[in-house]
Amino acid sequence: MLSRVAESIYWMQRYRERAENIARFIDVNLNLSLDVPHDRLTQWMPLVQTSGDEEPFWASYDEADEKSVIEFLTFDSANPNSILQCLMKARENARTVREIITSEMWQEINMAYLFVRRAAADRGLMRSNYEFYSRIRRQCQLFNGIADSAMSRNEAWHFGRMGSLIERADKTSRILDVKYFMLLPSPEYVGTPFDSIQWCALLKSASALEMYRKHWHQVYHAHVVDFLLLNPDFPRAVLSCVAEAEESLHAVTGAPMDKFFTTPEKILGRLRVELASHQASEIITGGLHEYLNQLQIKLMEASSSIMQTFFARVPAGYQMTA
Amino acid sequence: MNLSEKKGVEGYEVGPFYDEFFSEDGEPRPAARVLIEKLQSMSGEELAAKQKAAELSFLNMGITFTVASEGGTERIFPFDIIPRILEEREWRTLERGLKQRIYALNLFIDDIYHEQRILKDKVIPSEIVLSGKSYLPDCMGLNPPQGIWCHVTGTDLVRDKDGCVYVLEDNLRCPSGVSYVIENRRVMKRTFPEVFENGRVLPVDDYAAKLLEMLQCISPNQDRTCSIAVLTPGVYNSAYFEHSFLAQQMGVQLVEGSDLVVQDGFVLMRTTRGLKRVDVIYRRIDDTFLDPRVFRKDSMLGVPGLMDVYRAGRVALANAPGTGIADDKVVYKFVPDMIRYYLGEDAVIANVPTYLCCDERERAHVIENMEKLVVKSANEAGGYGMLIGPASTAAERAEFKKKILKNPRNFLAQPTLSLSRVPTMIDGRFEGRHVDLRPYILYGRDIFVMPGGLTRVALKKGSLVVNSSQGGGSKDTWVVTRRP
Repeated sequence: MLSRVAESIYWMQRYRERAENIARFIDVNLNLSLDVPHDRLTQWMPLVQTSGDEEPFWASYDEADEKSVIEFLTFDSANPNSILQCLMKARENARTVREIITSEMWQEINMAYLFVRRAAADRGLMRSNYEFYSRIRRQCQLFNGIADSAMSRNEAWHFGRMGSLIERADKTSRILDVKYFMLLPSPEYVGTPFDSIQWCALLKSASALEMYRKHWHQVYHAHVVDFLLLNPDFPRAVLSCVAEAEESLHAVTGAPMDKFFTTPEKILGRLRVELASHQASEIITGGLHEYLNQLQIKLMEASSSIMQTFFARVPAGYQMTA
Repeated sequence: MNLSEKKGVEGYEVGPFYDEFFSEDGEPRPAARVLIEKLQSMSGEELAAKQKAAELSFLNMGITFTVASEGGTERIFPFDIIPRILEEREWRTLERGLKQRIYALNLFIDDIYHEQRILKDKVIPSEIVLSGKSYLPDCMGLNPPQGIWCHVTGTDLVRDKDGCVYVLEDNLRCPSGVSYVIENRRVMKRTFPEVFENGRVLPVDDYAAKLLEMLQCISPNQDRTCSIAVLTPGVYNSAYFEHSFLAQQMGVQLVEGSDLVVQDGFVLMRTTRGLKRVDVIYRRIDDTFLDPRVFRKDSMLGVPGLMDVYRAGRVALANAPGTGIADDKVVYKFVPDMIRYYLGEDAVIANVPTYLCCDERERAHVIENMEKLVVKSANEAGGYGMLIGPASTAAERAEFKKKILKNPRNFLAQPTLSLSRVPTMIDGRFEGRHVDLRPYILYGRDIFVMPGGLTRVALKKGSLVVNSSQGGGSKDTWVVTRRP
């Protein structure tokens, strides 16, 4: 397939997944604010911190309360990763490949974008925050569901899947990082129901709470780390995302799963082995936040090597075929 | 009277025009009768709801065009749910006329880029053809596959007050709009399913299949599955939706100039698995942008070296470069002469009388009668560069007079036609609005005319300009057969 098209599909899915995850973050935090005694100004900032967009935030707002953070993460055009901006970019990419994806997919992403754009112009349409964010999430899921059920398993599908899985791995790692930034009202709260409520909220952000309970039953921080990072079966766990992205990568290159020829194959393969061989207790002892930082850097390297290998206008190391 | 109490077309005024739905005495025309009966059974409210649902469907499907002058905003092409209806018998005559016209135009182009017999025999003054902006001397001696130059044509037809249909313009350079015909029909099937159930409306859905068949048939590479691509200027082009739509419907690649490269005598596209050969390009960019080495040096849209590959017969282009000479609006005047010259027949569909400003006598007539005429430039499209006499101011006329005297070859004039009207939903009720019709014609193994075409409608009251850039919209076009 055309390099330009592969690139658009990859980014279409990354931005769609990003929008979906931000909607989750906000949704869960809204719920959390109902359960945990909190200071109006400490509960919302972690959402901005984890997305790594602190600078543009402070450029436009004086304080990080519910209103300003929600505005920033949902609509703000100064935030390149606001839901509206992500959906706009997902749709723009979809528009350049609408002959490749199916009409139903195009229609879904177009409607999701129009829905948020209308709300941006008229906040009255956001009557209930709960409805609003779950609709965004559902529309993104619908889009992905149509991709899964209606697209042939061709290169286009595999590039889209790599985009959405690498984005998802990154977002799950950032969700876990929220806990690092999230302060309990005071140190005595550690180990109390409030602590546990926060861990549950975190699992909910990754739609992981129900599956977690089946696996670990009790909420315990090392087990949460294990489940969200190292579980090979839960589809939002980082290990699972990396392993599936690797599968799609090998489907594109045609190399067997145990052979690593191209740079992205090497980077993703190494990352999968690392994750599969780590233990949650080691990670926590070594510093969770530092570990997550390193993980995010590796995911970024994987992404840029995919771009270098497949999307560069003249792919390196490829022979011309007639 | 309350809108919801008013039924169907009650109170509709035919006016002093040819109405496509009603005869002068207000009787429904036979082909429109079924739909009119359906409309009579519906309230204004129901119709308004159907109109709204249709508009929403276009918005959700993202069937938009891009307005360059508004910084690339996307807009939906206004759509009216009341179709334009043609009787099959009349349509068959038009179809015959269109085939005849395209056949002759193609012979004309081939002649112009070879022996120029028609000029030597003085049927058309040679200075008119050779001075045309769209005449490309670089195309002399080219031999496109099967001798076909104009693979895709959109011919603009209008019906005047006398009820006769005339050809207003030939569009042989990437005519657009066919995707709207197909999408309009899709929406209309949802809007009036009952009317379609009896199968009297001829289908339009097979256009993409016919287009693909035509592109396959001109491929220089007939011995294996050939590789076809639609070449678009990109996502900011006003017709981008159509480019991607056609590529999708045919299941072929949509490429931009930068996706293509010429190497070792072939056109190749850059893919994730290296460079792959392209055999046929349905190009939706203008001739002069195709190859910066031959035509415009500043073209960022084209592919350097493309024309060499084309000349060597290793890639096919639809339409062939150079085709534009046949849709020069001055050359248009001579199409009936071409038909007589090449085919020995009279034109089935007449031309609109045309006065050329390069002729001294005709120019004097044009300048004297400017307030009654429509003055056009030879190479503009989209309703630009024209003056509609009856709607013009004295200052505009003076300006046009200056332009004409400065460059007479570039201007022509036609009487202001009184385009026929079709009932159109305006604020929840019906009013007559002027329409034209653009059928699409494919020339491959044989000539295929899509039944119907794009009906464009001037939505502004009294307006005769149907272009989307100037307040025009579109309607579905039904060719209705008597057979059940």
